[in-house]
Amino acid sequence: MIKILLRNILRIIILVLLQVFILNNVQFSGFVNPYFYVLFILLLPFETPGWLLLGLGFVLGLSIDLFANTPGLHASATVFMAFIRPAVLGYFAPRDGYVPGTFPRIYYYGFSWFFQYSAILILAHHFFLFYIEVFRLSDFFHTFTRVILSAAFTLLLVLISQYFIYRK
Amino acid sequence: MRNLLRFILSNHFVLLFILFETIALILVFQKNNYQNAIAFNISRNISGYINTKTHSLREYLSLREANIALHEENRVLRNELFSSYKSQVPLAEDIEFEEAWERRYNYIPARVISTSVNKQNNFMSLDKGSVHGIEPDMAVVSGSGVVGVVTGVSDNFSTVLPLLNIDLRISSKLKDTGYFGSLYWDGRDPTKATLTDIPHHVTLNSGDSVVTSGLSAIFPEGIMVGTITDFEIAGGNFWSVNVSLATDFRKLNHVYVIQDLFRDELLELERAEGYD
Repeated sequence: MIKILLRNILRIIILVLLQVFILNNVQFSGFVNPYFYVLFILLLPFETPGWLLLGLGFVLGLSIDLFANTPGLHASATVFMAFIRPAVLGYFAPRDGYVPGTFPRIYYYGFSWFFQYSAILILAHHFFLFYIEVFRLSDFFHTFTRVILSAAFTLLLVLISQYFIYRK
Repeated sequence: MRNLLRFILSNHFVLLFILFETIALILVFQKNNYQNAIAFNISRNISGYINTKTHSLREYLSLREANIALHEENRVLRNELFSSYKSQVPLAEDIEFEEAWERRYNYIPARVISTSVNKQNNFMSLDKGSVHGIEPDMAVVSGSGVVGVVTGVSDNFSTVLPLLNIDLRISSKLKDTGYFGSLYWDGRDPTKATLTDIPHHVTLNSGDSVVTSGLSAIFPEGIMVGTITDFEIAGGNFWSVNVSLATDFRKLNHVYVIQDLFRDELLELERAEGYD
């Protein structure tokens, strides 16, 4: 239990620093900005209680906001993502439920499961984030392209990280 | 009461979601209040400190380009110097420069310690603050052109609303003809902006310079904004002009904050006359 707690605290710090100092400076032609920090929400244990999930989402988003000078923007998107995570997990649950002691990772539930699970959550997060940021519908398809490309890039990073860093 | 408690307990997930989301969205849409919020002022000092450290590395990597740009700027300034001119009127040399002119603008040098170009509402932080004389609503320029407006100031750092923010509009004019309009960024390409409100009968050429109009109390007149790339008729009788920005926001290091020494006097007069 303590081990899981420490691992998650370390993970949130590393992801925020990585996002703020490296990924926020990445930009390809004004379209692609990966928001890799959502990996933290993706990898939280299945048993995480709802209030903690939302609280962590809020804290994570707000700490990104502090550095990016966008108060509330990332917090709102991350809270939204945390909110729909239990529903997505329920939808993709195996027939006999999730085995206690396992985590939502490729290692336990396979590539196809993890791909669908993270793709839906990342898309939800990015849609919320980009449309709240623009807050108008006049450039709907421009924003749409940004969402899809950025989400694809974030997903790629998330999948790669599963094979490199979180190999059991 | 018990029913209410049971309702809250059984729906705590949804209620908590609504609570967090409301707080976050209030933060998003209350842009002016957060600038003054103490929490963000503290965070500005902390993140400013960290950003300074990481920025010094990035700055080192672009030293060569920064040097060339500063060298070029020096060349232009040296050519403008009073001592570079020879008087054509016999007695003009007798008039002391200081007697005829009074300083209006004071340039404070600053370095950009964090910036972004990939969002709709980009922000920028500078490594100078109120102890260096910087105040909100001062203009920020680079060696090549307009950068933005100071919005928030802490003791040692300040935040800037750059031109690459869909909330900022800058009053600009055509250098040749003097017709003025409003320039804004449309949130797409960090090298381009749009100039509107130029009447249709004005003749435009691609390559024409666009400079600040000096009609707002923020920017001095005649600071380079960019050059016209192309233009089309927008709705009504106005041109919609695409302007290629003079400042490259993707590699911005050294900027100047412009202090207008007559600003208070001007604003006071305008307030007394019932402007605003």
